[in-house]
Amino acid sequence: MTRTVNGPARMVFEAWTKPELFQRWWIPKSMGVTIVSCEMDVRVGGGYRLMLRHGASEPMAFFGKYLEVVPNSRLVWSNDESPDGAVTTVTFEEKAGKTRVVLSELYPSKEALEANGGGIMPEQFDQLDDLLVSLGAATSTP
Amino acid sequence: MVQYSPAHFSASFAALSDVTRRGVLEQLARADASITDLADKFGMTLTGMKKHVGILEEAGLVTTEKVGRVRTCKLGSCRLEEEAAWIERYHQLWAARFDELDTVVDELKRKEKASGRKKRI
Repeated sequence: MTRTVNGPARMVFEAWTKPELFQRWWIPKSMGVTIVSCEMDVRVGGGYRLMLRHGASEPMAFFGKYLEVVPNSRLVWSNDESPDGAVTTVTFEEKAGKTRVVLSELYPSKEALEANGGGIMPEQFDQLDDLLVSLGAATSTP
Repeated sequence: MVQYSPAHFSASFAALSDVTRRGVLEQLARADASITDLADKFGMTLTGMKKHVGILEEAGLVTTEKVGRVRTCKLGSCRLEEEAAWIERYHQLWAARFDELDTVVDELKRKEKASGRKKRI
């Protein structure tokens, strides 16, 4: 997922790390979901917890930990609400007042994580790209 | 038609997570092939290729048929439509999020400009 935001990286980072700003865009209005609460402790090892409610149903919790925090440049967090949850990585790259945001969600295998001491390997990003390309190719096959 | 299920999704995405298996799918989209053909093409042992084809078969991406001594592989009934729809929904969610993020960042910029002007005065 890549998108260019018309603003400096520090502002995009701010919108991603301040709960009062984050809540305003993370759940688009069109989803029909309301945010019950949003807590974020943005530092390595710190946790976040987002409670969402859809209609009259019981609220659902989304939570995890920040694995990497590089101000204005990079955030990595886990998604711990499911046992094999993804690790989300987002990077912010500023150029001429605009910020290129690159986001990926990976479902890394235990083996890959252990081999790499718990981090994410660059190859996995390429794999995700390849995956999306091959999905496009495969679905266009009659 | 392979029915949607989380287990099926995991199997198909796992099957696609390997460069050789994606190559095999591309190859089979062009023409059916035997396991021996595929092993030659990808410079692998028969045993290695059998394993890859087995994973693709479990995910419904490939079917195989043994005629005499030759096992022929062809694309399976799973055409990744559910997977593509899932990815499309994911893209839509992110497009909507980023649209609203634009609004938040615009507002931050306006605020900073306003306070910058105040400071200069």
